[in-house]
Amino acid sequence: MSKEWPLWEVFIRGQHGLSHRHVGSLHAPDAEMAIKNARDVYTRRNEGQSIWVVEARHITASSPSEKGPLYEPSESKVYRHPTFFDIPDDVGAM
Amino acid sequence: MNTLHEFALRMGDNVLVLGHRVSEWCGHAPVLEEDIALANSALDLIGQTQLWLGLAADAEGSGKSADDLAFLRDAWDFRNALLCELPNGDFGQTLMRQYLFDAWHLIMLGKLTSSSEERVAEIADKAIKEVSYHVERSRDTVIGLGDGTEESHARVQAALDYLYPYVGEFFVSDKVDEAAARAGIAPRLEDLRGAYDLAVAETMSEATLKLPESEFAHKGGRTGSMHTEHLGHMLTQMQWLQRAYPGATW
Repeated sequence: MSKEWPLWEVFIRGQHGLSHRHVGSLHAPDAEMAIKNARDVYTRRNEGQSIWVVEARHITASSPSEKGPLYEPSESKVYRHPTFFDIPDDVGAM
Repeated sequence: MNTLHEFALRMGDNVLVLGHRVSEWCGHAPVLEEDIALANSALDLIGQTQLWLGLAADAEGSGKSADDLAFLRDAWDFRNALLCELPNGDFGQTLMRQYLFDAWHLIMLGKLTSSSEERVAEIADKAIKEVSYHVERSRDTVIGLGDGTEESHARVQAALDYLYPYVGEFFVSDKVDEAAARAGIAPRLEDLRGAYDLAVAETMSEATLKLPESEFAHKGGRTGSMHTEHLGHMLTQMQWLQRAYPGATW
């Protein structure tokens, strides 16, 4: 049995009703303690409204070596970007 | 006897002394996450100290500040329960001490939110949110260590055996407590015992720990008649700056 606690990735939703954002990681013996630790480590300055934690081993990540096939094809397809529309200022951030 | 002053002093000295004790872990806890969590708890307790000792100073009406009370009194003037001044020991002992205190603190503050004294109720109202979290954390950790490995179990059981005789002091009234209860400032201390025993028994059973059977209780901290040898040593650390450089500010 490993003596290290598992690694958890922490996501916090800030004050402004935005989506949860990755803020960092920490170690904890279980999910409940991970939430508590996240509260203590990452919300000391009133940053959070909601905390998600997920054990890092459950995250499937894309491989950096596949950057070419994964992302490059979209670079040349400008028509996919809605840059040709004038967006009224009232709409705000999209 | 100035009941409000004495009462606020007892509440304030508990959190001052325990807060300082917990702060001694800063930079030394077994893992980073616990280090930060302990420092947060310590800061919460010191924040509560400012409120209670501020009230104690105002009630005394001698123009002293919360800082004067914290840094310029000697051991015999302190009114904290002995449990709060006991040394940190290992991590398990620190968390056991924290749980035994938090469990009482939560029940006490719950009663104080309906104190007849407005400022007492206000302080309790603010502190109880912090303390609800403290007890959740210390309870989980005590359970985790008790129901953990053979070594962690043995260590927190030893901590419980050592600390439990200091619990009784929280429930024994003297003249100050009786006057505070009569004035509606605070509950009768004896009345809190039932809820406390229930909560602690449940936690210890979940933690697979055995509560000592002896009813023996150390006392003398809350009345100031006899502190342990540990308080004086702690104060030399805590107060040295104001002693060496009287009136220093930054």
